[in-house]
Amino acid sequence: MRRDSRRGLFHQVSARDYWVWGGSALAALFALWWTVTALQLVSPYFLPSPAAVLGAFTELWGDGTLQGDLAISLQRIAIGFSIATLFALPVGILMGTVWRFEAAVEPIVDFIRYMPAVSFVPLTIVWLGVGEGQKYSILFIGTFFQQALMVMDNVKRTPREYVQVGQTLGMKTLPLLGRIVLPYSAPAIWDTIRITLGWGWTWLVIAELVAAESGLGHRIIVAQRYFHTDRIFMIIILIGVIGLVIDQAMRAIDRAWFGWSRGGAR
Amino acid sequence: MNAVAEFANVSKTFATKKGEVQALAPVSFQLHADEFTTLLGTSGCGKSTLLHIAAGLETASSGEVLVDGVRVDGPGRDRGMVFQSYSLFPWLTAAENVEFALKGLGLSRAERREIAHEQLRLVGLEKFADAKPAELSGGMRQRVGIARVLSYRPKILLMDEPFGALDAQTRIEMQELLTEVWESHRLCVLFVTHDIEEAIYLSDRILVMSARPGRIKDDVRIEIPRPRGPEVLTSPALMEYKESLTASVRAEALA
Ligand SMILES: Nc1ncnc2c1ncn2[C@@H]1O[C@H](COP(=O)(O)OP(=O)(O)O)[C@@H](O)[C@H]1O
Ligand SMILES: [Mg+2]
Repeated sequence: MRRDSRRGLFHQVSARDYWVWGGSALAALFALWWTVTALQLVSPYFLPSPAAVLGAFTELWGDGTLQGDLAISLQRIAIGFSIATLFALPVGILMGTVWRFEAAVEPIVDFIRYMPAVSFVPLTIVWLGVGEGQKYSILFIGTFFQQALMVMDNVKRTPREYVQVGQTLGMKTLPLLGRIVLPYSAPAIWDTIRITLGWGWTWLVIAELVAAESGLGHRIIVAQRYFHTDRIFMIIILIGVIGLVIDQAMRAIDRAWFGWSRGGAR
Repeated sequence: MNAVAEFANVSKTFATKKGEVQALAPVSFQLHADEFTTLLGTSGCGKSTLLHIAAGLETASSGEVLVDGVRVDGPGRDRGMVFQSYSLFPWLTAAENVEFALKGLGLSRAERREIAHEQLRLVGLEKFADAKPAELSGGMRQRVGIARVLSYRPKILLMDEPFGALDAQTRIEMQELLTEVWESHRLCVLFVTHDIEEAIYLSDRILVMSARPGRIKDDVRIEIPRPRGPEVLTSPALMEYKESLTASVRAEALA
């Protein structure tokens, strides 16, 4: 009998492994869902059938509701997340490189990071009302502080020798940051953006659940009000799919731009 | 001979959590134009510290370094440095790494490219101009490092165990290459190593350092004629120098 050459722990998972094993697991999960609902083991109020969920999709897509919600949610996350990122990048880079800045800002950022972003929802409504600004602010609070700390950590990993090379070439602080620290940290920072964007969806949906007249989160609340569990399922799955697509796209960009960072050598 | 650089009572004491560590006792010596000088000493004796002070990457606790009579105050392009590792930017190609050193000199993109390719040719890497560091072997990467630093013609070339991470065979190839390049360029080099044969093969002059806190305990002139080929590595002349230098270094290791 041939022995499996990939026994033991920590073997690299190939793309094929993902398709075969991941695909099978997903199919099994789906089959279980389908079976349970087809045999009517659970009330559809708790667990709608796959067909019902698909029906909810065609229905809401057909009358344009879903497109509208999707558009406004995507717009909110695009704007709110971008603002957070735009601020977190310079703050994180400065925290990671300039000791005075780190000493002054890091404790505050670290402190606020531990305050649950959700708990700011009532406060932001008091401050900003229930308009778009309030959605952006929740995305900002949930994202900015995490990002700033992660970016700080990303740039801190720049090997000192790279900076010293720049210094011996007579480069001053800004060029050192822009031409050495930033390019070196770019792949890690991109990863930070990718990961925090995933979390961003949570903040968005929370903001929309609490106080919104549109958006995917709002649609979930409406569905709940009318016991449309199938719609709730559909929207949750939809958000998952969108997240997955964006994540994969960002990974593809990472491979295209930052291939050098996986060479292992310098 | 005229002094390009003068080290005057340069010392260094690091403040650590466990108290003060004196890495370098006050050392004084001069570097001469067109001369290849090597600091030889066991690890931890303060060689890198001295080199970093000369580069302006580290400040001396006392004393000063003068280059052409001017006191060193921070890094500058008159002193080029070759590091042991982590010195090529992995996101740039070999040629771009060399061009990086040429920015801000008022050269056009095309001129920079031309100089970069010329320098890579001198170290035998013209075919690898567009390769990323990850695609190059350790020896090739260090050649790019040398091409980069030579491209902007510093007055003094500082090299901190540049071949320390290479295997024995590649190391010898690199020593040959450096000798060849140096014999055609002739600039003031301060080289650091703990490898005695390497020091003899490359140098006009060897400064033997004592154990920490480092000071210069021997100043040996290497009179092996140039050009020097790899046969020097097995020559009786080298063996002779090696014997006395080994004794000198060993006395330190036991001290
Ligand atoms: N930044 C530092 N802080 C504290 N001690 C240091 C520092 N850098 C070097 N040293 C100490 O100074 C001594 C000399 O170091 P170094 O110049 O790197 O030696 P070498 O290059 O000859 O091996 C060593 O004992 C080392 O531990
Ligand atoms: Mg050293």
